[in-house]
Order: sequence, then structure tokens, then C-alpha cells
Amino acid sequence: MSFGLVSAAYVAAAVLFILSLGGLSGHESAKRAVWYGIAGMALAVGATVLGPGVGNYVVIAAMLVIGSAIGWYVAKKVAMTEMPQLVAALHSFVGLAAVFIGFNADLELTRVLALDEASRQALTGFAGVLAHKTGVEIAILKVEVFLGVFIGAVTFTGSIVAFGKLAGKVDGKARKLPGGHGLNAGAALLSLVLLVLYVQGAGIWALVAMTLLAFFIGYHLIMGIGGADMPVVVSMLNSYSGWAAAAIGFTLGNDLLIVTGALVGSSGAILSYIMCKAMNRSFISVILGGFGATTGPVMAIAGEQIAIDADGVATALEEADSVVIVPGYGMAVAQAQQSVSELTRRLRAKGKQVRFAIHPVAGRLPGHMNVLLAEARVPYDIVLEMDEINEDFAKTDAVIVIGSNDIVNPAAQEDPNSPIAGMPVLEVWKAKQVFVSKRGQGTGYSGIENPLFYKDNTRMFYGDAKASINQLVQAF
Amino acid sequence: MRIGAPKEAFPGEARVAMTPDSAVALQKLGHTCFIEAGAGTAAGISDAAYAAAGVSVVPDAAALYVATDVVTKVRPPDEDEVQRLRQGQTLISFFWPAQNSSLLELASTRGATVVAMDMVPRISRAQKMDALSSMANIAGYRAVIEAGNHFGRFFTGQVTAAGKVPPAKVLVVGAGVAGLAAIGTATSLGAITYAFDVRPEVAEQIESMGAQFVFLEFEEAQDGAATGGYAAPSSPEFREKQLAKFQELAPEIDIVITTALIPGRPAPKLWTADMVEAMKPGSVIVDLAAERGGNCDLTVPDEKVVTENGVTIIGYTDFPSRMAAQASTLYSNNIRHMLADLTPNKDGVIVHNMDDDVIRGATVTHQGAITYPPPPPKIQAIAAAKPKEKVREFTPEEKRAQEAEAFRGQTKTQVGLLVAGGLLIALVGAYAPASFMAHFIVFALACFVGFQVIWSVSHSLHTPLMAVTNAISGIVVLGALLQVGSSHWLVTALAALSFLIATINIVGGFLVTRRMLAMFQKS
Repeated sequence: MSFGLVSAAYVAAAVLFILSLGGLSGHESAKRAVWYGIAGMALAVGATVLGPGVGNYVVIAAMLVIGSAIGWYVAKKVAMTEMPQLVAALHSFVGLAAVFIGFNADLELTRVLALDEASRQALTGFAGVLAHKTGVEIAILKVEVFLGVFIGAVTFTGSIVAFGKLAGKVDGKARKLPGGHGLNAGAALLSLVLLVLYVQGAGIWALVAMTLLAFFIGYHLIMGIGGADMPVVVSMLNSYSGWAAAAIGFTLGNDLLIVTGALVGSSGAILSYIMCKAMNRSFISVILGGFGATTGPVMAIAGEQIAIDADGVATALEEADSVVIVPGYGMAVAQAQQSVSELTRRLRAKGKQVRFAIHPVAGRLPGHMNVLLAEARVPYDIVLEMDEINEDFAKTDAVIVIGSNDIVNPAAQEDPNSPIAGMPVLEVWKAKQVFVSKRGQGTGYSGIENPLFYKDNTRMFYGDAKASINQLVQAF
Repeated sequence: MRIGAPKEAFPGEARVAMTPDSAVALQKLGHTCFIEAGAGTAAGISDAAYAAAGVSVVPDAAALYVATDVVTKVRPPDEDEVQRLRQGQTLISFFWPAQNSSLLELASTRGATVVAMDMVPRISRAQKMDALSSMANIAGYRAVIEAGNHFGRFFTGQVTAAGKVPPAKVLVVGAGVAGLAAIGTATSLGAITYAFDVRPEVAEQIESMGAQFVFLEFEEAQDGAATGGYAAPSSPEFREKQLAKFQELAPEIDIVITTALIPGRPAPKLWTADMVEAMKPGSVIVDLAAERGGNCDLTVPDEKVVTENGVTIIGYTDFPSRMAAQASTLYSNNIRHMLADLTPNKDGVIVHNMDDDVIRGATVTHQGAITYPPPPPKIQAIAAAKPKEKVREFTPEEKRAQEAEAFRGQTKTQVGLLVAGGLLIALVGAYAPASFMAHFIVFALACFVGFQVIWSVSHSLHTPLMAVTNAISGIVVLGALLQVGSSHWLVTALAALSFLIATINIVGGFLVTRRMLAMFQKS
């Protein structure tokens, strides 16, 4: 296949990728959009394999088979509650691949530069591209390689730590080595020095040293971020994996890589932005860990938490006409989505209006709750976003809060001294009655008391979310 | 413990302090229950209903006092009843210790513990046993019903074939529990309801019940928090303003319901004789403060009087008793909650914990000593009202100016960003070779397209979005493919490895996205 044909295939692939992302604006069009993505990918890979300068077909075929088998197995096997882990793990793969490809570029460059003029002219493929570069171009290439490897390495270790935290293999609490972010800044600065050395001709050792530093930064940065901030972290890593691909694209002079990398990079950046907005925190404050400083004493909470049993909740639901369910990470942990779905079916069968209210940062992955509810066969048209449903709470008879805490905390609106003041929250307390399914009396991720639990119209429904909801279903 | 309720001795009192339902709940706490024969008859509860709930029916009051450790009552006890109390026995009832000091003295010399339901502090934890509120709620409801009974017209306005009926206008003075209940009842019957209160912070509650707050232009405002949520006497100037306002309203109001009380004082006179005179014939005044002298000058306690100009003034003091079934249910629940707090271990053993704010506040005699008045509660009843910031209404011109300002600001930041971005790119272009710039254009445009496309992605599909971007970021395989043909063994090995993991990414990412999207079903 000629170079022109390959380029044509790349253009088609780029368009297909854009259509694939654009199709996600609606649930039905999304089902078609995935096929655009798959077609684009097949076109790109096929054209490259058949294009000029590719060899070792046996290796390619073998790797394709093994990789596809593993990918297929993982995609079939994964439970929907494990989606955050899977996404994080896949990010680490992109990061690692970017590191390897960057190293390869350097190795090839060294090899090509060592050759004499005559044999350089004879080179084809990637080596051939390298051979025709001028001095300035080689300097730029080195910067690109360096950036690609750096971003890839940060993504790699960062994603592995994020995976560990999300899978519960690493403690979810924020942990930092003594020195804190000073260590990260130092490592980044040292990398900058190495970049200068590398461009000026220091060998591959500079690249290796920087990779180790970047590995450390990725590890230490994500270790310092708590479990509930993982939606931001995962979308940030998503963005990084895109930028790494774009940097590799520059290195290889491949426009499709650049386009795709930029698409993915901006997608992740937007997701991070949306998550931060939903927590009313700046991106920097999330990355640096910890909550904003309080400006004064936090309002004291009057009243007591009043417990209720399944029969009490069932009676109240029996009398209610409109019910809103607010799921949170606790529902995912307790694997309660099937029970919640069953409850929804029973309530709907009795002619009650049942809806779900999803806060943008509920769960550990953007849109995680939607996927869990979809898996449990809750129709997506009764699952609403915060902005769509917040005004309806005043007209709602009963709200069931399942395993969420900070996202329904009225202190965000009522107490200007609260650490989460100003964070957009679901105004569940405006409903006639609120039932909170919760394991115990503890506080949420932010570690602050939730005045909602002490309100007159709130009843605490203690116990494991799945067991509690099952009791409710039984009571009907 | 053995808990019993006698028949109320006060003439005409129909309520009873224990119902079969509350008895069942008390038995769950480990207590046994007794009732005097016929105690519930006036409230529509037969002895058989009590017996069916496991309550022992005792023939007379004397036997009941002997048989029980805790006596629950509605009305304050008379002297005979206090005489019946013995050492260590507990009486739970309304008591009004400030007015009944001789009875208090007597009860303490008898060695009995008296828990006064009217002394339960007004903190949110104690709301479930706040009998004053539950009785006031009934009084407020009943006041409207009584008024309707004597009012010759509809509450709601109607347009009928026979002619138009104007809606009744109701004024509620004092928006405490009774006042709010009256507002709720009157509005649900369809009347146009106005309400007045000296505490400006209740305006919101009044409006939430569907009434209009009668607004008084006055500087000095009371802070209800300082007086435990009750009203305090107002200054003479304020009173004058208030009376002038009422005078202005009187001719057009059909029904007046007054509920104004100040703790420990006679009821303030708010509806004067000349206001009554100004009202239309057929109008009705219901004075819920009649027991404490009445808010209206012409009120006669316990009676209904009709003035010369045909205004009916109702001064009944037994509104809750007139709804004995409802009142007994709520009151017995209040008693039950009090006993639940007195029985912390639910084992039928009463622990009279004098360190508990609620129990301490309500207990007026204990172990032979008078414990009234209680020390101020540790928790403030109502958080101090914050001065409300006035939201200034903007005129249309100001709004337009603001919008124009915001637009200019936006333009400024956008132009600023564009100029900065342009300069940056110009800087790159000045030094970078043409081949780099060609790729750079592609990169910048792709970022732009990416931002536009991703903003329109539905929030609920963010997880599939991440999975699919994950899959397409596997596009780095192209890099691996271009390098795998290299003659350097290490390059080939690394490229093969990257190809492998990127393939996992692509296949895994796309398949899992498909799996997720297939799950989203419409109802």
C-alpha cells in the first residue's frame, strides 16, 4: 500500500474517531458510535501493517492474537463495579507502551546517526524518516521523545497506584513521603535538567534516569490523593495517556497519532474539569490532596440521628407518590444495585414515580453510577443528573440516600465555614422525608459531619445497603 | 414498671393519657399498663379495646393509684389526686408549676416525682414529647372548624349559576404552632388567609403555609432565639403600630383567630372593642388565649358571646378536648416518648436521669424536693437568627448594564487568551522547522475539535466515554508497528511488547464499551 493510501486511511480513521466520540451524546447513537471507533481502529492498524516500512509480520500476528485474547477475556470478565480499576489499568498500558516506543525512537536515532551517509540513504521506514532529519529537527525530536517518555512514565505508575487504590489493594487514604510535594517538584526539576543534557547530546542514560524520576512522580503524586478523589485522578490519567500518544505522534511524524492523542487528551481534561467543578475545588487542590482550609468554626449541629427499621421505610414509601433515589459509592461497595433495581420495579409497579439523582462525583469514576444502574436494568430515562432534578426535591415525597454522604450535605450551602462550602450538592433535605441507608454513624470522605442526618425529616436506616434494601423489597 | 392512666377528674375533659396503641408501645419497653374503667369512653375508646391491647382495667381511680408506679394524666391533678400519690410514685401530666405552687409543695411533701409535660424544653430532641405543641396544633385546627361552624358563609370563593360567592378573609394573630395549624386549615378550606406575628423570622413559615404575612414597617425587631422561640412583650411604640394596622384590617376581615401568648404573663390585648365594632355582622372571632384572659377585649372564657353588631366571639378553652380522639392519640404518644426516654435500656426499669436536659427540665419535684424552675438547658432551643442580607432587586437598566459588563468581560478574556495563544504559537513558529509546524497545526485543530465534541457528551455516558477513549488511545500501536520492523533486536522486542499491551487496550476497551452501552435500556 502506498504512502498516499495509508494517509487516506488515516484521514478516514481520524474522522471515524471523532464521530465515535461525538456519538456518545445520546444513549442510542452511542451504540452505533462504538462501531465507528472499531472501524476506525481496524482501518488505521490495517493500513499501517500493509503500508511501507513494516516488517516482522510473524511477531505482529502473534502479538495481535495474544493481545486480543487477553483484551477479550478482560472485557468479558470484568464486573461493572470494577470498571474504575479496569480503566485505570488500561491507562497504565498506554503509558507503558508510550515509554517503550519513546525508548525505541532514541535507540533508532542513535543507530541511524552512527551510520554513514550512503547507508542512511538506503534506510526505509521509521529509520528512513529519521535519516532525513536536519539538526534542528533532531533537537525537536529529542524533546518530543523526552516528553512522550515522561508523560508515559507518569501515566504508567500513576495508573498502577490508582488501580491499586480503586481495587482496594492499596490503602485508599492519602499518603505522602516526608517532603511531600517538594519531592515531586524536585524530581520534576531534575527531569528538566536531564532534558537539557539529553538534547545537548548526553546519551540514553539521561532518558533512563528521567524515566525513573517520572515513575517516582507518578507513584508519589497519586499516593497523595485520597480514594474519593479518584474520579478526578482517573480522568486526569486518561488525559495524560492521550497527551503521551500525541507526543509519540510528533516523534514518529504520524498525524493520526497526534489527532487521536489530542482527542483523548482533551476528553480527559474536560472530564477532570467537570469533576472539579462538581466538588467546587480547583484542579490544583485535588492534585495536591486535602480539602480547602476552613475560615472559621464550623456550625454546631443540633438534634439527633433517629433510626428507623425496614417496616417504617416501607410504610412511608407506600404512602409516597414520588420517590427519588440517590446512590453513591456505598451502593457500589455493597453491590446493592440489583436490589435497588428490584425495589424500583416494585415501586413503579405500584404506580409511583421513581427517579434517580446522580451527582457528577458519585462513585469512583465519572458516570459510574449510571453504568451500575444500567447493568441492573434500571431504565436510563429515569436516571437524572443533578441539574435536572435538584429543583424537584421540594415536590418529592420520599428520598432514599444509599451510600452517599458529602454529595447530599446541606452544610455546603448553609455553613460558609464548612470545608465543602459552595460545593454543588443534591438538595435532598427539601423533600418531605429522607431515608439514609448507611452502615454506621461515621462521616464521609471529607471527614465532616453531615447535618442532613440530624434534620427532622431525616430517618437513618442503618445496616449494609444490600441487606437493608432487600429487607425493604421483602416488606413490599 | 406499672404504668396507669386514670379517668380525668376535670368536668368535661374528654381526653385520656393512654390509648391502646400507646399501651402496646409501652409494653414493648418492658412496662405493664393499667387503665381506670371508663377512662377512654369520652374519647371513643372502650374498656374492651384496652383489654385487647393487654391493658389491665382497674375499677376506680383509688385502685389505680395503688396498683401503679407511674400515673399518667392530661389535666393538672387536683388536691385529692395529689394526696393519693405515695413516696417514690411518679406522676406525668400537665402541671403548670408556676401557677400551681401549692400543689407543687404538696406533691414534694408526698415524696412523689412529678414530670410536667408543659415544662419539656423546646429543643429538637424533645419535639416528640412536646405536648404543648401537639395540643396547640389541635387547638389551631379546631379553632378554624369552630369558626366555620358559626360563620354563615363559604370559606372558599365560588362562581355558581346562582351567583358569585366571595372567599372568606381570615386573619391569624400569632404564628406559633396553633397559629400555623390554623393558617394551614384555613387555607386548605379555601379562605384568603393573613397572618401576623411580632417575630419577623416566622414570616417565611407563614408564607410556606400559604398565608400572607401582615408586614409592619418597624425598625426594632425581636430575636426569638433569646426567648426560646416564644414571643416577648413588645415596646409601646410597636404595639401602637400594630393596633393601627389591625384597626385598618378589621372592616374587611371575616374571621379572626388570635393565638398570642407571652410565657408567664396574661395574654396581650390585641383585638380591642373598637376593632370588634368595626367588623361586619356575622364575623367570627376565635380567641385561643381565652384561658389567659384573651387577646380580645370582649372575650368571655369558656363561652360564646354575640356582640350587638352581630360578631360572634368564641372563648372556649377546651379545644383539644373537643377533639378527644385525636388529642388522646397525640398526647399519649408524647407520654410514650417521655417514658421511652425515661427507660433508656428498654427493660421496664425507669432511670430518672437528672443530667438529661429534657428530663431535668420537665421534672418539677423529685425525691421530696422541688426542682422547679430548672436551670437553663445546655442546648439553645433555636440557633440565633442571622441578620438576613437583603437581596437588592435590580432595575432592568442595571440588569442590562450588568449583562453588557459580563459580555465585555468575556470578550476581554477570550481576546486575551487568543492573543496569548497566538503569540505562543508565533514563538514556536519562529524557531521550529516547517515539518514540525505542519504537525502542530494538526495537533491544535484536533484539540479544538476534541473540546467541542466532548462537551456534548451526555453525563451519564462518561464511563463509556472513558472506556472508548482508552481504546482509541491504544492508537500508539501504530508507533509500535512502525518500529517493529527494525533491525535492532532491542527495538523489535520493545516494539513487540508495546504492540501487545496496546492491543489489549484496544480490544478490551472497545469490547467493554460495547458491553456497557448494550446495558443502557429505555423504560
